[in-house]
Amino acid sequence: MTERVIIVGGGTGGSVLANDLADRLEPELDAGDVEVTLINDGPDHVYKPVWLYVPFGQREPADGRRALDELVDDAVDLRIDRVSAIDTDSQRLRFDGDGPALAYDHLVLATGSTLEPEQIPGLAEGGHDYYSESGSTALRDELLSFTEGELVLSVIGTPHMCPAAPLEFVFMADDWFRERGLREDVEITYTYPIQRVHGNPHIAEWARPIMEERGINVETFFNAESVDPDAETITSMEGTELDYDLLVSIPPHGGVDLIEAAGLGDDGWVDVDKHTLEAEAAENVYALGDTADTGVPNAGSVAHYQAGVVGQRLASEIRDRPATATYDGKTLCFIETGMDAASFVEFDYERPPSPAPPSEKLHWSKLAYNESYWLTARGLL
Amino acid sequence: MTDIEPDDTVDARGAACPGPLMDLIGAIRGAESGDVVRLLSDNEGSLTDVPEWAEEAGNELLAVEELDDHNAFYVEKA
Repeated sequence: MTERVIIVGGGTGGSVLANDLADRLEPELDAGDVEVTLINDGPDHVYKPVWLYVPFGQREPADGRRALDELVDDAVDLRIDRVSAIDTDSQRLRFDGDGPALAYDHLVLATGSTLEPEQIPGLAEGGHDYYSESGSTALRDELLSFTEGELVLSVIGTPHMCPAAPLEFVFMADDWFRERGLREDVEITYTYPIQRVHGNPHIAEWARPIMEERGINVETFFNAESVDPDAETITSMEGTELDYDLLVSIPPHGGVDLIEAAGLGDDGWVDVDKHTLEAEAAENVYALGDTADTGVPNAGSVAHYQAGVVGQRLASEIRDRPATATYDGKTLCFIETGMDAASFVEFDYERPPSPAPPSEKLHWSKLAYNESYWLTARGLL
Repeated sequence: MTDIEPDDTVDARGAACPGPLMDLIGAIRGAESGDVVRLLSDNEGSLTDVPEWAEEAGNELLAVEELDDHNAFYVEKA
């Protein structure tokens, strides 16, 4: 009897896990005792961190795309399809169209985040973002010709992908305009929903003085309620109205609908044990990356480390051994502090982050990792 | 114990900071004026950030109920 592992989602978590299992379970895969299937709704793997650089004209969206069939081991069945429903009682997936249901013995959900700008009236029409390919190129078209006025970056949705990226954007914009002699003509304002500039108090404490030093205006307790694209204003639930000439937002995020429909968690995030990553509401279901509601940042490094844990646990279960691997909350992020300097943080559930002094070396380390990321996706790094 | 009847309850127990406050803000966002949202949180930070935000946003923190292993915050939307 062949044991079937199905991974839904071909982003960082899903791809790393598929390749991890291809390596770890090679004997069982060769013998036909195990099948690993990776399902994605498109043929490409997308590396989203590239989008931060697109508005500044430094990278192209194509730099963040590779065909999944080039990245994923041949021992993995790659299926390009869209899952429409999960039945955790009968352990089956259904697909768009009339295709037959697919049974699983082990299911891993790595469906990631989607953007929901429509939650805020006027945001889709009035705002730009760099959290999507189309958003990053539309923002590039505006930013490259932006020479004066009010640039507002508003963090609206939390949790959101890459919690460092809003800070990175304003630090890079500040430096970029400064280098071009335009900074005095551009006002930069950063808004955040809570009383500090970042969700993590240690990172907030580090970032706030840098923002003050750079003349970046800060509005805390700012939860966008609506955007008026004609008047070019953004208004918060707290009653503050800001004028903008260019609005860059981190839109509200959500997971995919089928997770809530399957009773696995709210808003598309799967309720999991934050150490084992097992779903709380169903047997034989794991979640990882953004999809797993662990409270750690929605970051590629998290998905990467979690994939290793889930890979070890699945291999143990398939071999009828106790699964002992656990996720300790490990997170690793580079944080750009300008166009040629970056900081770095590493933390977990127990140890808080302590940002490293910004340096050119860390900036180049970030760019070098972005290039070598494709080795991570292949399961090699 | 309080006898306030909430219109909505958000259970953010187990969530790390600032999750509970963001969950409360999300619920208030979807509430009608006059609705009362009850937030359940076992995060110590909620004891300071919920009152601060309620005041900033002009919503009223009606009560904070101290229970065995968590607190319940009752916030009325202005």
